[in-house]
Amino acid sequence: MSTAAIADSQSSLIAAAGTLVRRELVRFLRQRSRVVGALGQPVVFWILFGAGLQGSFKTPSWVPAGETLSYQEYFLPGIIALILLYTAIFSTVSIIEDRRAGFMQGVLVSPAPRLAIVLGKLIGGTILAVGQVVIFLGLGPLLAWVGLAPPIPWMQSLPQVLAVLCFLTTFALAMTALGYIVVWPMSSTQGFHAIMMVFLTPMWLLSGAFFPGEGSVWLSWIIRLNPMTYGVAGLRRLMTPHLDLAVTPTFPSLPMSVGVTILFGTVCVGLAVMQTRSRNLRNVQ
Amino acid sequence: MSVSDSIISVRELGYRYPQSDSVALDSVAFAVQPGEIFGLLGPNGSGKTTLFRLLSTLLPLGQGEASICGYDLKSQTADVRRTIGVTFQSPSLDPHLTVTENLSHQARLYGLPRQTTRDRIAELLDRMRLTDRRGDLVSTLSGGLKRRVEIAKGLIHRPRVLLLDEPSTGLDPGARQDLWRYLAELVGESALTILVTTHLMDEAEQCKRLAILNEGQLVAIGSPEELRASIGGDCLTIDCENPEALAARLRDRFGVDPQVITDGIRIQTESGTPLFENIIGECREEMTSITFGKPTLEDVFISRTGHRFWEGQQASS
Repeated sequence: MSTAAIADSQSSLIAAAGTLVRRELVRFLRQRSRVVGALGQPVVFWILFGAGLQGSFKTPSWVPAGETLSYQEYFLPGIIALILLYTAIFSTVSIIEDRRAGFMQGVLVSPAPRLAIVLGKLIGGTILAVGQVVIFLGLGPLLAWVGLAPPIPWMQSLPQVLAVLCFLTTFALAMTALGYIVVWPMSSTQGFHAIMMVFLTPMWLLSGAFFPGEGSVWLSWIIRLNPMTYGVAGLRRLMTPHLDLAVTPTFPSLPMSVGVTILFGTVCVGLAVMQTRSRNLRNVQ
Repeated sequence: MSVSDSIISVRELGYRYPQSDSVALDSVAFAVQPGEIFGLLGPNGSGKTTLFRLLSTLLPLGQGEASICGYDLKSQTADVRRTIGVTFQSPSLDPHLTVTENLSHQARLYGLPRQTTRDRIAELLDRMRLTDRRGDLVSTLSGGLKRRVEIAKGLIHRPRVLLLDEPSTGLDPGARQDLWRYLAELVGESALTILVTTHLMDEAEQCKRLAILNEGQLVAIGSPEELRASIGGDCLTIDCENPEALAARLRDRFGVDPQVITDGIRIQTESGTPLFENIIGECREEMTSITFGKPTLEDVFISRTGHRFWEGQQASS
């Protein structure tokens, strides 16, 4: 391929992906109920579970001796993972609607690179997910002020906050790509709800998001094999800068967390592009 | 007609549904000339939508070959996609976006620069008489207006070929008439070629040439006039309770060669008027209705397939 042809294909990739991202954002903002749905439930969960489980929560073994961790502080990266998961699901489940409404077939017959179709959906979903987490984190001090949550000192320095945002974006992209490959083969939203109940929600529960899971051998193995564990652990390490947290089998190190999250995201994006490339009857419903 | 001059060329095209292994298309071959409105006429289940999906690159080509504007559908899919505009039977507009937003997204998908996009949108809105609705959400438009936006969307990148799948679906007769006027204008003003699928006879009459499909096979091809002339004379169609018995009687009595179709009989004859009068006179009690006239496209279909246009659909549903 000549240099001009490569530049041409790159500009068509950017133009096509860009317009699909813009569409995702415009649609989201015009459907207000989605904003409330994706953010409201995690906030309520965080307040209720945080208050209810505080009494029975035992500080995990990886917290340095002499330090304590409140349940709401422990639960913070977990609830962020839940916001990412919900937003990723809500934005990718629109693939089913796009296909049923006919919009998808219009996109598929265009010369837009298939990677652009995938990236349009994924980047759109990622921006929405990260945006909602930022709003949620912005609400934190307000919740602390009214007494619904303890103050959580997760911000230490500008580079550390930027590192949190970078990792959050990577994690969000991986979750959206996971949502994409789960949704793409489906023809109805009912089927997707079943997958969400038996696969995605347990995946979140068993990622160290909700409980450390250190007591049971089988549980700790599931947690270690769950790619979401590494996203939650990475966030936890980056958002707990004031404590020197130990590395355990269910609580991986930061380099490990970053590496697995990037690898998992790359595999999911690759699978998403492969699914979108294949031409079959499913796309022409 | 030379295949090399054609803008769409289809050779021995076949398609099997992978799950049921049933044949959707069987050795279909035809060629479309530049600047014509070419119709694919057939009842539901005749294979025209599968053919449309193959030509629009939604489904991969199995057996046979096809090319559009000289690009091979199998190996040059990206070039084919740049050359064609596609308007589906089901709407492909985003109802949450405005008319302009929908068109603008489409232009960006085809890689048009921003200034070109703005100019083309203004031009198409004007041509499709949509300028005053440009800021409206698509969900607020009537069926006829939506269809016009769909066509504008299909034309934004100035394709050489426009593929339309059942464009009149959901339109009232007035909107349908408007639509065909726009299509005729488009072909008249530019070098556009239109391929349209339809199951409506009056729509098929508007095409310059037609390919008639039945159960995945091409049964006739030509202009509507040529197709009707290929039958010639007059056509009598009789609805009755016992077609076999009545056909035998008419054969003995008048020496005609009736074709038995579902719940009726069809007779093709050089001069229908005396026969019509005789049948009315002698067999009135055995008939529910009788129609007499010059052959229609439906008569062409019946004569080539041996059954009525809607029969295949009833049998398959």
